[in-house]
Amino acid sequence: MPNQFAGADFITIRDKTKDQLEGMMDRAEEMEKYRHNGTDAARGLLMGTLFFEPSTRTRLSFQAAMKRLGGDTIGFPSSEGTSVQKGETLADTLRTVSQYVNIIVMRHPSEGSAKLATELLDIPVINGGDGSANHPTQTLLDLYTIRKELGEVDGHTIALAGDLRYSRTTRSLSRALSNYDVELILNSPSQLRMKKDLLYELKNRGLDPVESDDLEHSLTEADLVYATRIQKERFPNLAEYEKVAHAYEIDRDLLERTGNPLLLHPLPRVTELNTNVDDLENSLFFSQAGNGIPVRMALISSLLDLTVR
Amino acid sequence: MTKEKQKMKITRIKSGTAIDHITPGSALKVFELLDLEFVENNSITIAIRVDSKKMGKKDLLKIEDKFLTPTESAMIALISPEATINIIKSFEVTEKHPVELPEQLTGIFDCSNPNCISNQDREPIESKFQVTNKDPLTVRCLYCDNMMEETQIAHQLIKDR
Repeated sequence: MPNQFAGADFITIRDKTKDQLEGMMDRAEEMEKYRHNGTDAARGLLMGTLFFEPSTRTRLSFQAAMKRLGGDTIGFPSSEGTSVQKGETLADTLRTVSQYVNIIVMRHPSEGSAKLATELLDIPVINGGDGSANHPTQTLLDLYTIRKELGEVDGHTIALAGDLRYSRTTRSLSRALSNYDVELILNSPSQLRMKKDLLYELKNRGLDPVESDDLEHSLTEADLVYATRIQKERFPNLAEYEKVAHAYEIDRDLLERTGNPLLLHPLPRVTELNTNVDDLENSLFFSQAGNGIPVRMALISSLLDLTVR
Repeated sequence: MTKEKQKMKITRIKSGTAIDHITPGSALKVFELLDLEFVENNSITIAIRVDSKKMGKKDLLKIEDKFLTPTESAMIALISPEATINIIKSFEVTEKHPVELPEQLTGIFDCSNPNCISNQDREPIESKFQVTNKDPLTVRCLYCDNMMEETQIAHQLIKDR
């Protein structure tokens, strides 16, 4: 089958079909062979990793994935030390770095920044997170983890829990899940409910999510729970944050009371996920982060149209 | 008022544009959007809530020696979707067509999301929206996905003047 991602950008999940998502996951499965020992498919090729915002997992796993494919990376982990500090525009930074590399992955605080990059550059651009809008490669690895653990995505009840208002990971993941036959539960404190426009979009795409603020009930119903961080920086004052954050916690007791659903989290976590759940068999968040490697190898090799063997 | 008397109140122009069937009460908004306050030498006629066979009441704006750009026409469609554009040459209407809302709106108003890349100063970028529904009007920002409804669009249109 021809590679429909060759030379393309990867900016949003919105326009991806189920076949495309499944195809990418099939490719990620093939990459598992090379995950620890690597290949030389991307020898001589360079990836630019432009992170204008902090990141641990996304940046490092993209670098690892490119290196496992036999390529190399250049880039920066924050705008400190770059000409952005001197007032250089994003557009000029992108146009400059694109002269040095074959593909770019970027994270930027402004929503739509990666889309702008695609308009300016001729090389493939991957969105590693733009403000609170999208995080499509996180979604690929989330879906991959769900499929790996449950056999398939279809036919399951999935609960998204935590900050559903500002979280870009749940924004992208819920869009991807609208391609599947799933029951979706949206559990959040009332201040952090999913925005209406996204809810409306999901309904238009055939999902009929159930909203709830009863965490115990949602976890009991779900086969798999995807928890997200309550984002302190989004609250108008600290007292309000403390109130919500204190009341919203998944711990070992709660999981055991609710039948031990599979537990995913994009990380980093703060107080919403107690560390006493870490050694539970169904706590999958570290292997989920690890799945970022084969998934990102699959994505990079597709966009660069590499033959990996 | 008879049709004849009403006509007398609206000056004929030799050349220019008559924007007819403007939603009653919206002519001044159109005036503002087209930056007509800065037009110095051309005659401009504004009629507000005059009788209309088609609409009951309507507004009308006639501007001498002015022909609308596609962007200006799209702006009018956003606040007065029923409006018609009459192009006048040698005192005759030579062309008449309804305003049409394009599928995509570029550079007409700012995205209401302050964190959208299209709102960042100095970046080489114009706002860009997809019209997702015409009635009621809703648009989606093609950069940040932000959805905007009619009242927000009207607010942004005026704010950006």
